[in-house]
Amino acid sequence: MKKDEVPQDKGNLSNKNMKELVYATDEKGNYTTALSTGWEPKTIALSNSIEEISERIAIAKAQVENNEVSPICYYMEFCRMDIGVLSSYVGMWQWRVKRHFKPRVFARLSDSILEKYAESFNITIEELKNFKTN
Amino acid sequence: METNFAHHQSAHCENGVASNLLKHNGLNISEPMVFGIGSGLFFVYLPFLKVNYAPAISYRPMPGSIFNKLAKRLGLKIKRQKFSSEANAIKALDENLKNNIPSGLQVGVYNLTYFPDEYRFHFNAHNLVVYGKTETDYLISDPVMENVTTLTHAELNKVRFAKGAFAPRGQMYYPIQVPANVDLKGAIIKGIKNTCRDMLAPMPIIGVRGIRYVAKLIKKWPVKEGTKKANHYLAQIVRMQEEIGTGGGGFRFIYAAFLQEAAVILENDELQKLSLEMTTIGDLWRDFAVEASRVYKNRSTKVDVYNTLSDDLLVIADREEVFFKKLKKAIS
Repeated sequence: MKKDEVPQDKGNLSNKNMKELVYATDEKGNYTTALSTGWEPKTIALSNSIEEISERIAIAKAQVENNEVSPICYYMEFCRMDIGVLSSYVGMWQWRVKRHFKPRVFARLSDSILEKYAESFNITIEELKNFKTN
Repeated sequence: METNFAHHQSAHCENGVASNLLKHNGLNISEPMVFGIGSGLFFVYLPFLKVNYAPAISYRPMPGSIFNKLAKRLGLKIKRQKFSSEANAIKALDENLKNNIPSGLQVGVYNLTYFPDEYRFHFNAHNLVVYGKTETDYLISDPVMENVTTLTHAELNKVRFAKGAFAPRGQMYYPIQVPANVDLKGAIIKGIKNTCRDMLAPMPIIGVRGIRYVAKLIKKWPVKEGTKKANHYLAQIVRMQEEIGTGGGGFRFIYAAFLQEAAVILENDELQKLSLEMTTIGDLWRDFAVEASRVYKNRSTKVDVYNTLSDDLLVIADREEVFFKKLKKAIS
């Protein structure tokens, strides 16, 4: 990559006024560093992943409203976690976390267990118990 | 309290922390040099490890390995500590700052408040340096950022004890012994040899063979997993290759910069030529990213585009195989 070809596209970084450092060659072919505000293919790739997550959150939300899964599942998606990450945050086996996805099981959970989840999601127990759709 | 630490922005967090910490300790070493000697160039495909619901592909070795290899090859001593209790982790860091020792930390990205929201994933192999503390904040030098920044005490604690794959467990590291004279030449040769061995490894998921393996999978994804998933996987490859921290082209440009520096130190003109070749290969990776992004942007459903992408990747694999064989010869 030549220094004058370092992309300066608008993207997720330029929104926050950040720039990243890349390595590029100058006129004589010597390596130097340059700052880049972003590159479109990257932005598209990242938006693709973000969209994917938003979709998962929307699905989880609908499922909670239909009483198919517990709010734990929704907040897991909302915090961009998967079962492995969540189970390691709350310090429980994955099968136990999966079980807590069932609304019936969730309704009977003790406050101390709910507290672990609430803490991992950075919310209060009340928010976890009284699930609101927004 | 504050240590007189100089912040330099770098492309990749681990190299950046290593380079900045060593510069602070009187050893002037550039980011590409750290990357090359620490054998940072790598490729591995891990089908059994899922990141964000897509198979993991990494262009770098295990977290911590670059700095460890660099230290071994230059004869530095680095102290690494992990903690089971958060209180002890805080105490050890504060103790270091009191003794005027800027310390490197491994942290999780998800709770780094100064990152843009889009970048906050549960990725636990990020590195930064803490160089001071105030009543409310820690002073942070994050090498991928242009300027220094801060995190509150609670925020830093949270990122140090992030959970999930590669959980940092408060990991803290800092050089305790830096020799005045280091054998750069020997270290460079060891680093290059190691990289050639990795990239030409006779294992199906590592190095050049790993790239070929993924290339063949790209052909199968749309049929086996459906276009939606295939596009998601492709986006994941591009992100791993180009996102913050790689310096572009899946670290190939940093490596080319390293070879250029090495050519001068080793007085080896062949390395200069190979640096140019590596740059061309890096450009091919960039082209691949452009093509891939077109596929998932247009949501094209033709099977053919995946074949083209796969062929592009196979060409890169062939080029790299030839390249690393030449590189091996150039330093023997």
